[in-house]
Amino acid sequence: MKHTISVLVENHAGVLARVAGLFARRGFNIDSLAVGITDDEHISRITIVADGSKYTLEQIEKQLNKLIDVIKVKTLSPESMVSRELILIKVSCTPKQRPEIISICELSRGKISDISANSVTIEISDNAQNLNNFEELLRPYGIKEIVRTGTIAIQKGEQAVSLKN
Amino acid sequence: MASERMTVARAMTECLKAEGIKDIFGYPGAAICPFYDEIYKSNIRHILVRHEVNAGHAASGYARVTGKPAVCVATSGPGALNLITAIATAYMDSVPMVIITGQVNSDQIGRDVFQEADITGSAEPFVKHSYLLKKPEDTADVFKKAFYIAGTGRRGPVLIDVPFDVQKAEIDFEYPETVDIRSYRPSTKGNGFQIKRAINALKDAKKPLICAGGGLFTGNAVELMRKFAEVNDIPVVSTMMGLGAMQSDSPLYYGMIGMHGAKAANIAVNSCDTLFLLGARVGDRAMSAMENRKDFTVVHIDIDPAEIGKNIEANVPIVGDITLVLGQLLEQVDGFEERLSHTAWREELEKYRTETQPAPAGDGYVNPKWFIRTLNKYLPEHSVVVADVGQNQIWTAANISLKDGRFLTSGGMGTMGYSVPAAIGAKTACPSVEVVAVCGDGSFQMEFNEMATAVQHGINIKIIVIRNCFLGMVREVQERTYDNRLIGVSLDGSPDFCKIAEAYGIEHMLVNSEQSAVEGIGKLISSDKPYLLEVVVPEHEKTIL
Repeated sequence: MKHTISVLVENHAGVLARVAGLFARRGFNIDSLAVGITDDEHISRITIVADGSKYTLEQIEKQLNKLIDVIKVKTLSPESMVSRELILIKVSCTPKQRPEIISICELSRGKISDISANSVTIEISDNAQNLNNFEELLRPYGIKEIVRTGTIAIQKGEQAVSLKN
Repeated sequence: MASERMTVARAMTECLKAEGIKDIFGYPGAAICPFYDEIYKSNIRHILVRHEVNAGHAASGYARVTGKPAVCVATSGPGALNLITAIATAYMDSVPMVIITGQVNSDQIGRDVFQEADITGSAEPFVKHSYLLKKPEDTADVFKKAFYIAGTGRRGPVLIDVPFDVQKAEIDFEYPETVDIRSYRPSTKGNGFQIKRAINALKDAKKPLICAGGGLFTGNAVELMRKFAEVNDIPVVSTMMGLGAMQSDSPLYYGMIGMHGAKAANIAVNSCDTLFLLGARVGDRAMSAMENRKDFTVVHIDIDPAEIGKNIEANVPIVGDITLVLGQLLEQVDGFEERLSHTAWREELEKYRTETQPAPAGDGYVNPKWFIRTLNKYLPEHSVVVADVGQNQIWTAANISLKDGRFLTSGGMGTMGYSVPAAIGAKTACPSVEVVAVCGDGSFQMEFNEMATAVQHGINIKIIVIRNCFLGMVREVQERTYDNRLIGVSLDGSPDFCKIAEAYGIEHMLVNSEQSAVEGIGKLISSDKPYLLEVVVPEHEKTIL
């Protein structure tokens, strides 16, 4: 089972290594990991998508909480979060194929970010499932390269994973 | 207190003084010299070990008997790396420790210069926390936090790596009086609702049992646990780390659980209906006693939430400081209309107490189990016994009986070569207490260099080397599981340990009969100098009782 975990950490050197090392040595599987700053410059947020049972998730949360630099750990429930990844896809595209690809792109709320004689690069941000579907739509044209970020996620509604609550 | 201008090296000694540190164990090198120069000028006693790992083990022994963080020091690169086994050993047994290492100059870090090693990175899996002190002005803050983190919550080692240039930098130093780490708030009191549930479980129990763990010592809750057991008439068993928490001659005490434990203790965990786990993580060796239990109520009290539900499912989880939680429980117990009594349950267990006498060994040998029991008879009540790892550890754990003394061993990591340096640490902390290291001929050869440390600093530890010319524990495994194909377990070529002791100027005696054992133990205890007994035991003697 996939779990999306939002972790607030002190913005110190070496914190990411501690978190990544913890997952490696305790045998927790990471599907994706994304790190970024928050509205407070002293705090970073690490969003982790991990795979494991309920027992594993409980251990992940507890072990993360034991790291001194970890301030807060919250597992977001799939129903009450908005999650996004950003994907950049470079597809083979002859001048003739451009209208088709551009329409797929528009229908999927993507954006053409680069174009050359025989290729286009499209960017889209969406949840992982929709991005996978989009990838399949483009596969017949010949995918040259894919670059994807890790998942980031935020709770729906007014609640926030922050120091205040 | 107004701030004062000084070097970081000097400030480091001021931090140690402020933390009440009087003794440190270490091994110098170029990268830590500025700090050593300040140790020279201070009144902190430096004890030179003969290998860095033993600075760590000595600090561990020191910390375990004082209950406060102890300090060890090494230089950069190999010096720091040699400490890692000791750091991991302390981590597994939740021993509070602050480790100070020298590091190459800040601007050389990452360039593979002479004696450079990424020690904070290498030690990361085994420390509670670590610091690479890059900014000289952070010195006081880092030390304050390091001691606070090491000595609170679930205790553990904290490493501070200090680059050479940082040690020499000048700062305005003022040691903070308080510390606040927003991401570290060790829980203290137990949750009121869970306390109520625990009390209900206690009231409902027909066959309650306490399993005493090492956390009772770190949490300073030995007396409270005894009271909780006595007031509520609850039988007690212990893990290896919890040995001695209950007086072994108490009628409520049934021995150590686990693979090498006592029959009555293992039967108790298998037939109790309510188990109070107090500061015990129930490692796999202890767990083997209750693998198949599903039908009982487990009340698990631990300071570390991650231990609750990790190895055994807890019906009543209580996260908190064991002293406070036991206090909360006892407060409720005070309100009981009548005192609990579990006579039938105790009588049931009583049947399983075994009092087998170890068989006498043949001519020229001593039975190690008999030897430990005999040693026990003569040792003062407050003694500290440090067992090494291997057959000697099991023989000692299973046959020692403690009233108010301590039993120390590397329980979690099972690190050979722990006993002599840890004994040196314990004896340094408590010079008036008898401290005995019990090791095998295998482990002794990993640590006998530390006899020099004992002699040089007048640390009068007693050493018992149980000699069977084999790495006996591994040999037992090879006999049992590998059809007696013995490989790499013979210790042929070992020296005469009495002569080794002689070379260090340490008094010694060879014990190879019951009569010489009694004489030797007498000499060992009456000596006010370090003393070594080489005890010859039959090579086939096993650990299973």
